[in-house]
Amino acid sequence: MKAPIAVVSRRSFATLIVAGAAALGGRFSLAAQPASSIPREKLVQPAQWASKLKDGSASGTLVLHVGFKTMFDQAHIPGSEYAGPGNTGAGLQVLRDRVASVAKDSSILIYCGCCPWVRCPNMAGAHDALVELGFTNVKALFIEENFGKNWVDLGYPTAKAQ
Amino acid sequence: MTRRPLFIAAAALSLLCGAAQAMKVGDTAPDFTRTDVAGKQVQLSKYRGQLVLLNFWASWCAPCREEMPLFSKWQRELGPRGLQVIGISMDDDAAEMKKFLAEFPVTYPIVTGDAKFAEHFGGVLGVPLSYLIDARGRVVARYQGEVDLPKLEAKVKELLPPRR
Repeated sequence: MKAPIAVVSRRSFATLIVAGAAALGGRFSLAAQPASSIPREKLVQPAQWASKLKDGSASGTLVLHVGFKTMFDQAHIPGSEYAGPGNTGAGLQVLRDRVASVAKDSSILIYCGCCPWVRCPNMAGAHDALVELGFTNVKALFIEENFGKNWVDLGYPTAKAQ
Repeated sequence: MTRRPLFIAAAALSLLCGAAQAMKVGDTAPDFTRTDVAGKQVQLSKYRGQLVLLNFWASWCAPCREEMPLFSKWQRELGPRGLQVIGISMDDDAAEMKKFLAEFPVTYPIVTGDAKFAEHFGGVLGVPLSYLIDARGRVVARYQGEVDLPKLEAKVKELLPPRR
């Protein structure tokens, strides 16, 4: 009789890789899932979020920047926090630590904008890590080109690190 | 009561809180002196008289990785005609940049940038970002994001002095 074959889904496999890297505490880059793997219904358009910031309805959401610190320091969404890049085990650990005491049903918005959405190395890793942790209300800001072009240049509210 | 003080206060607040204004075509590129990864001093104004391709990049940026071998080729082939490519790494971690360059060496100087440095250029809020700077130190073109490389090459060649 043949031994049963363990079926490992693609997502579970990616999670194993991410978990392994995190366990090693590595700074190395992970083989990133494309940002396009984030379900479409979870995407928020920049104009939508800018409007929520304006009318105050964004205030209940934890907004986390999961890109690179050099970018965050130059310009970020007011009130958002830096939570490490989603492309490394060390970066994902910063994210996990930040949300450790956050309720699983909390509204969380993640964003990056380091480079074109389809090439972003951070968003999918951060999104998947939050989902694996059990967060049920995670959204992703869809930044098509980069944060400069799709946010700052459009005159949306911006802050920079002190 | 005049509105002027209010306007000045608002402008100052915007400068303090907001992102810097992107450097535009026609602006004079700000001078800088930095030590490159090979330990040599790189001063932008020393390249007056040449066409400079100033490329902000990062080791994690896939489009940047695609551009760099081509920029290396241009430096080799068009350097004698007056092109100088300068790369500015926006990696958070210099070790990542060095690791990448050890694997994929380039033929032009690479210096490290950071948020403060980027501010002099009106911010680098996404890479790749490239500027073409003419012989007088003025910005003649700005390319943000994934660029059409054949078009960029044509522009570079158009701006260089004709082959002798």
